[in-house]
Amino acid sequence: MSAGSAVTGVGSTGRAGGGVVRAVARRPLGVVCVAWLGLLVLACLLAGWLGSSPQEQDLEAVYSGPSAAHWLGTDQLGRDLLSRVLHGGRVSLLVVGVALAVHVVLGVVLGLVAGYRRGLVDRIVSRLADLLLSAPAVVILLVVLAVFPHNEAAAMTTLGVLSSAGLARVVRASAIRVREEPYVAAATVAGLGTVRILVRHVLPAVAGPVISLVSLVAGSALLVEASLGFLGLGTQPPEPSWGGLIADASQAIYRQPWMLVPTGGVVAVTAVACALLGDVVRDATDDRATGEPLSWRRMRTRVVARESREPAALCLLSVRDLTVRLADGTPVVDGVDFDVAAGQALGLVGESGCGKTMAVSGVLRLLPPGATVDAATITFDGRETLGLTEREMVGVRGRGIGYIGQDPVASLDPLFTVGDQLVEAVRHHTGATRRQARAKALELLAAVRLPDPAAVAARYPHELSGGMAQRVSIARALAGEPRLLIADEPTTALDVTVQAEILDLLRDLRSRTGMALVLVTHDWGVVADTCDTAVVMYAGQVVENTGVAEVFAAPRHPYTEALLAANPAAAEPGSRLPVLPGAVPAPGHWPTGCRFALRCPHVTTECVAAPIQSTSDTAGAVSRCLHPRAGART
Amino acid sequence: MNLLEIAGLGVRYRDHQALTGVSLAVPPNTTVGLVGESGSGKTTLGRAVLGLVPVAEGVIRLAGRDITHLRGRARRGLSGQVQVVFQNPYLSFNPSRTIGQAVAEPLTLAGLRPAQLRGRVDAMLDRVGLDRSAADRYPSRFSGGQLQRIAIARALMPGPRLLICDEAVSALDLSVQAHVLNLLADLQAEQGLSYLFITHDLAVVRHIADRVVVLRRGEVVEAGPVEQVCSTDPDVPRHPYTRALLAAAPVPDPAEQARRRALRAAPAQEGPVPCES
Repeated sequence: MSAGSAVTGVGSTGRAGGGVVRAVARRPLGVVCVAWLGLLVLACLLAGWLGSSPQEQDLEAVYSGPSAAHWLGTDQLGRDLLSRVLHGGRVSLLVVGVALAVHVVLGVVLGLVAGYRRGLVDRIVSRLADLLLSAPAVVILLVVLAVFPHNEAAAMTTLGVLSSAGLARVVRASAIRVREEPYVAAATVAGLGTVRILVRHVLPAVAGPVISLVSLVAGSALLVEASLGFLGLGTQPPEPSWGGLIADASQAIYRQPWMLVPTGGVVAVTAVACALLGDVVRDATDDRATGEPLSWRRMRTRVVARESREPAALCLLSVRDLTVRLADGTPVVDGVDFDVAAGQALGLVGESGCGKTMAVSGVLRLLPPGATVDAATITFDGRETLGLTEREMVGVRGRGIGYIGQDPVASLDPLFTVGDQLVEAVRHHTGATRRQARAKALELLAAVRLPDPAAVAARYPHELSGGMAQRVSIARALAGEPRLLIADEPTTALDVTVQAEILDLLRDLRSRTGMALVLVTHDWGVVADTCDTAVVMYAGQVVENTGVAEVFAAPRHPYTEALLAANPAAAEPGSRLPVLPGAVPAPGHWPTGCRFALRCPHVTTECVAAPIQSTSDTAGAVSRCLHPRAGART
Repeated sequence: MNLLEIAGLGVRYRDHQALTGVSLAVPPNTTVGLVGESGSGKTTLGRAVLGLVPVAEGVIRLAGRDITHLRGRARRGLSGQVQVVFQNPYLSFNPSRTIGQAVAEPLTLAGLRPAQLRGRVDAMLDRVGLDRSAADRYPSRFSGGQLQRIAIARALMPGPRLLICDEAVSALDLSVQAHVLNLLADLQAEQGLSYLFITHDLAVVRHIADRVVVLRRGEVVEAGPVEQVCSTDPDVPRHPYTRALLAAAPVPDPAEQARRRALRAAPAQEGPVPCES
């Protein structure tokens, strides 16, 4: 990369950091730090016009404390300390600026080129960085000062070069991450040159870490500069420098201790301001990831039992009027009813944002912090779970209801072998000895039809394929011998052939153990394959609850009908797919009447007038529609 | 003449042969579906055409021109002919640049005045069914389906003849997917585009593709017209792997699924206990 492009690169750091600047400006600590540094720089620049010359001696007032004539007192020759601090700052801040400029330019350019180009360039830059990081900085600085006596600029340039290795590493790591982003690939395909891609797409992503690291380096560069001055290696008297001023003050520490306050203070406060600014920038750029810390009480899910409604008799799980609200009060599930009989497989279908996952998480009471579960009843195995304490609920989860999620590899702890994790689960649920638990773990792995259970047990999660990992997480869910398994999109991340195997396995487990299944999915094919009943959700509500054969043959709710029709598997190849206008209304923006009304081709005025109640027909099929479609579909 | 022609393509990653001897052709105004499971090399093939991975052997020709090893300025010159839409719409946009900037990106080097550029962006946003005000907003304000339309808009800006869709509808909900599939079909009819449609979803391929190429472990196992390769008729002669893929993909029909399960030789089932309520 040429020097010209390096300059463009640095120039755009500030532009790209616009978001960071705004975020810092919102934090009081950030504002204070920036204000101090800004005022200091301004005062040093204007030092010539502010008060007396730094060399002007007032021999009648040597070693004076703060006074009207000398705001910060005077030194051993009666020179004004304020003036000397500000004039000294011009030199000190200038050379610190030189060190930082070298640090940033070298670090950013080398890091970007190494991280984005990879290959030989990367290897050379990385080795060079290792070399610089292992070099003894103090010794090298002393050598440089021996060659260029009292040349602070040379010393600080050297410091900038030495410290740039750390920055180059940080930038390189960020650049490697960003270059894999699809938007960078899209920019490459769009015909953008390397320099443009680096400036537009890579630099903004590395700006946060760069700014926070640079502000830390600024603080330490300032201290190094002051130390050189203190040791007499930097600017020579009578020219003032911050390190020299501290040296003068330390010699007079018994005669006039005050001298140390302004001279040492300005260095200390400035270094602290730089370091704090780094912290603020880091926090500001992390903002999106970490929210307000919640208290333990708020972390818990609040449970409200409404006036009781009779649960369905003889059902394993009976849910009535389940409502889930997030911490900010937004309802995401609204009045959901469903029943699961022993051994039955129920499919919970709908598009993203319809509340499927939140509904099952509400049953398990595993919700985001601060959420509220509010229901008439959630009866599991003849027992009302709404009144259970958190501790009792732990017993229900796992031993009564097992759970598997969408990403099997992520659901396993990467630090422990499959065997360890299963043994832990078995011991938690049954209190078995380690030996018994290990035997049981191997049994479980065999039960999910993994060939060679002992070998699989010795592996770590990252050594498993997606299908194997999902079998392992099913095995772990089976450790408590649950009567109900809740599977949230268990095959979405898997290949079709592996999906078929997992679905067959679930079917087989149900027939062998009589376990019931609640399967959350968006895939009608999976519902057709595995489920006995289908519960279709839309905008937080159940809009249809029917047997699987009926739902495909004669859907009742227009949403079910539309969703089935949108499936290319059911359409004539090459034809236009029937589409719905608009999108699923977001939680908190649900209309009062029928929530599907805006997108429904059969909408009438009464649909939007008032909330639509669920009705069940003679066959027991439930739908939430004034004009059910049953039989209308050809 | 074929728009895209690949002959004997081989791609090697450090210790792993990702593609071996792959040949396929995309005629003008045609959709070729490239199907396979994870690790089959289908994404690698798309990236090789785009010049994002180095090619070890074989030839890639675009409109008769050998583009296999084009680099630098010559490769960038292809941006007007080949474009791409990726799977994850949320990761396809730089979060710190507006939609207008992102859509205008492929025309960076075209030397247009800002007003002209803005006009082109507005027209393209109209075409994919988004409001013009979208241009001033950031990607975080849009849903996955909207972002995927915007990704299509960005890809179509330089007027390419070939669009590589790498799992472009796989992350979308059914109703959103239907919108995007219809949009792709309309654009093809209007502009005579060709698609290399990379996906694992056989239902989507059967719906949109004219020809299908099935990849397995970096090799082509079967290629042909869609009605032949993806035929629902089990007697049409096909490669056993293609048959296995088709049989494994569940269809929204319980009776058909029961039949397929029986073919997969699953053990006999008892019916569920009825739920009395």
